[in-house]
Amino acid sequence: MSDTKLISKIPEGPLEQKWSKRKSEIHLVSPNNKRKLEIIVVGTGLGGASAAASLGELGYNVKIFCISDSPRRAHSIAAQGGINAAKNYQNDNDSVYRLFYDTIKGGDYRSREANVYRLAEVSAAIIDQCVAQGIPFAREYGGYLANRSFGGVQVSRTFYARGQTGQQLLLGAYASLNKEIANGSVKSYPRHEMLDLVVVNGEAKGIIARNLVTGQLERFGAHAVVIATGGYGNTYFLSTNAMNSNGSAAMQCYRKGAFFANPCFAQIHPTCIPVHGDQQCKLTLMSESLRNDGRIWVPKKLEDVKRLRNHEVKASQIPEEDRDYYLERRYPAFGNLVPRDVASRAAKERCDAGFGVNETGKAVFLDFSDAIKRLGHQRVAERYGNLFEMYEKITASSPWEEPMMIYPAIHYTMGGIWVDYDLQTTIPGLYAIGEANFSDHGGNRLGASALMQGLADGYFVLPITIGDYLSHKFAEPKTDVSVKEFTQAEKAVQARIDRLFAIKGTVPVDVIHKKLGNIMWEYVGMARDAEGLKKAIKEIKELKEYFYENVYVPGSQFEFNQELEKALRLEDFFEIGMLMAYDALNRNESCGGHFRIESQTEEGEAKRDDANYMYVAAWEYKGEGTEPELHKEPLDYQFIEVKTRNYKD
Amino acid sequence: MEFNLKIWRQKNAKAKGHFETYHISGIEEDASFLEMLDILNEQLIREGSDPVAVERGCQSSGPVSFDHDCREGICGACSLYIDGRAHGPDDHVTTCQLFMRHFKNGATITVEPWRSAAFPVIKDLVVDRGAFDKILQAGGFISVRTGSAQDANNILIPHDKAEESMDAAACVGCGACVATCKNGSAMLFVAARVSSLALLPQGRPEAKRRAKAMVAKMDELGFGNCTNTRACELECPKGISVAHIARLNREFLSAKFSD
Repeated sequence: MSDTKLISKIPEGPLEQKWSKRKSEIHLVSPNNKRKLEIIVVGTGLGGASAAASLGELGYNVKIFCISDSPRRAHSIAAQGGINAAKNYQNDNDSVYRLFYDTIKGGDYRSREANVYRLAEVSAAIIDQCVAQGIPFAREYGGYLANRSFGGVQVSRTFYARGQTGQQLLLGAYASLNKEIANGSVKSYPRHEMLDLVVVNGEAKGIIARNLVTGQLERFGAHAVVIATGGYGNTYFLSTNAMNSNGSAAMQCYRKGAFFANPCFAQIHPTCIPVHGDQQCKLTLMSESLRNDGRIWVPKKLEDVKRLRNHEVKASQIPEEDRDYYLERRYPAFGNLVPRDVASRAAKERCDAGFGVNETGKAVFLDFSDAIKRLGHQRVAERYGNLFEMYEKITASSPWEEPMMIYPAIHYTMGGIWVDYDLQTTIPGLYAIGEANFSDHGGNRLGASALMQGLADGYFVLPITIGDYLSHKFAEPKTDVSVKEFTQAEKAVQARIDRLFAIKGTVPVDVIHKKLGNIMWEYVGMARDAEGLKKAIKEIKELKEYFYENVYVPGSQFEFNQELEKALRLEDFFEIGMLMAYDALNRNESCGGHFRIESQTEEGEAKRDDANYMYVAAWEYKGEGTEPELHKEPLDYQFIEVKTRNYKD
Repeated sequence: MEFNLKIWRQKNAKAKGHFETYHISGIEEDASFLEMLDILNEQLIREGSDPVAVERGCQSSGPVSFDHDCREGICGACSLYIDGRAHGPDDHVTTCQLFMRHFKNGATITVEPWRSAAFPVIKDLVVDRGAFDKILQAGGFISVRTGSAQDANNILIPHDKAEESMDAAACVGCGACVATCKNGSAMLFVAARVSSLALLPQGRPEAKRRAKAMVAKMDELGFGNCTNTRACELECPKGISVAHIARLNREFLSAKFSD
């Protein structure tokens, strides 16, 4: 039985007719009534920018908020590889169904069939839209769009603009946003950070935001609020996320009653540049495409490891027979091209066994010497030249001479705010889109699908579904921001800020955030067990207490104050970290990015438990310091057969 | 490694700024420039929170504010003028991709914000680049509604044209071109957008209006004129060519002639 608080609103009927059916049921708002309605969009990445632009075109009054100096800085900009779409331009028998199937399977059968099918269904229109906006996608010599293939699939459906696809798609959405700002339908609030959601009579009616330049708290009212603030990977301190990416808006919604789904599903990307010391604050991703030709290995002998760490020997001097190509050894059928979660865990296993190849013991080799021999310098340079250059810039070591060193790092979070088929949360009038929601990627996201989801939600889903809610709201006057709910929310935010300044400790925010990151990586990282997760919950609680006694937030509220921004975000990271640990503790199965040591096969492979865990875990906030309450949305696969993933043979 | 850092400090837009010098040591040569600033800030926060240090006359203005985000050279947030060069001594990188191994151990490094009338200082090294958004709002887009596009392959674009358009579209909007230009001109920034769209068939219908509107907005916002010194191209972290300025000029002139 489904939880009565989780009504997913999945339309009845055949899979391929669900979206059409839902669209035909949705009430419309007439143009003259759209002018009376206000919508707040928080976040300006692919989801937020595309949604705000599309809502503005429809005639709604939109206010858009971002923490950066410009909407164009949102972290979607850093996505490298590409965007998937079921265009079948390659005539390789791709289809909406295949994109749907690959995404469900890649997600290890923990996402909703109906949502994922819709995602695949609208994917083709995204490419049309982006080309019309003037995005310079890669082209064949005949002028047609080019494609490449990506991990976990057997067709070429990825569209790209060099290694800067995210940048180009974001600049396209940002340009459309600028068009609407110029039109007057969207008002932009850069350098504004949402600090609370305001709920009036059970419905989302606005936000409290801090003007990051003046430090003033400001109230903004609307008829609906859209959260498009991305994921919470920075809970781990070190991740591939941008420095300012945070999970605070999601946590504010959670504390106001929005359920948070599958928090433990975080993606760890296997090919990142390793941590170089304790002065680092950000990890850099090297594209997944490198695994097409690179071979991953560590030495077979511990004495070689020792000599490597002491710089007595170079990797290239270790003879072939003394190398352990452990992915090829363990997964002969897929070799170096196993999915991200599998490759990450295998690297950790070798490093835990003492075979890590750098000073910190947390690195493995990604070697191109065979590829260079086989393909020649020029062809390797055509494929990976820019990545080699970027690696050399950062590490001062040339992949042409010595293998790259890589290690897994937190990259993306599949979990997020629970939403129904309309992308509405458990709070009426509050919507969540893009990485901020949970619905499309299950336990693991496939490469080149994050961009697709952000734009699908923003251009083609939310602008339609939000009309259903707003069609009942046009008679309501503009939200009055002087009502008590706004006053109380603002007072609560003010109290939070005052509390932080009053601590007057001696420890910088980042130092404590690093400690949180260590706890998360150790116990809620690539391999988790009940004992460790309980320890994580205990240690996070203790660290939170330590924070409230020892943190030092310099300066004052009413100025540009980056330390205050970080302190407020860290408070929310404690909450998310705890939530991730509770969720990971509850889910005693290994699934996608979530690996429970207790749930593995004899060979050490992930063991899913469909009988007991084929559900979405949605958590309800129960007050500070109280354990959240679990609600379950069962996943009912009616249209595809649920299988076990196997990469060995 | 150790360094003396001479850093511009300014409380807000109205306050008068000044340089403060700090000594920092124990920096790994593989640390990035921004990581080095993180470490300096940790030091400054600890000093500022230490009553003994404050009593001894520690007059720190607190941690240094600077814009940064992705730290992989693509968001365009970081904007430091280091030893007289936008984004520092390495070529074709943003500040976040600059590493300390490019500096001599013991060196004195001067760090300033972008200096331009159109980019007022918000605090320390942080400037307001909202003028760039305003220029793009004046016309840096194609007026297409969501949902009205035809099939993507109905618009054929020769490989080389797409590549050239992409060269210009690589602009990260950091403002190094303006900070470097002795006239404080935003021509390279404007040209990158105008040229990228002008090269594509989708961008042609609005090409004239776009070039005129963006140039007019740039002038209105207090950016200077272009005198073809090509300094912008040299310091652009993405190596955007001044050939795009030539294309902007052609677009602009042909738009003016057809008025």
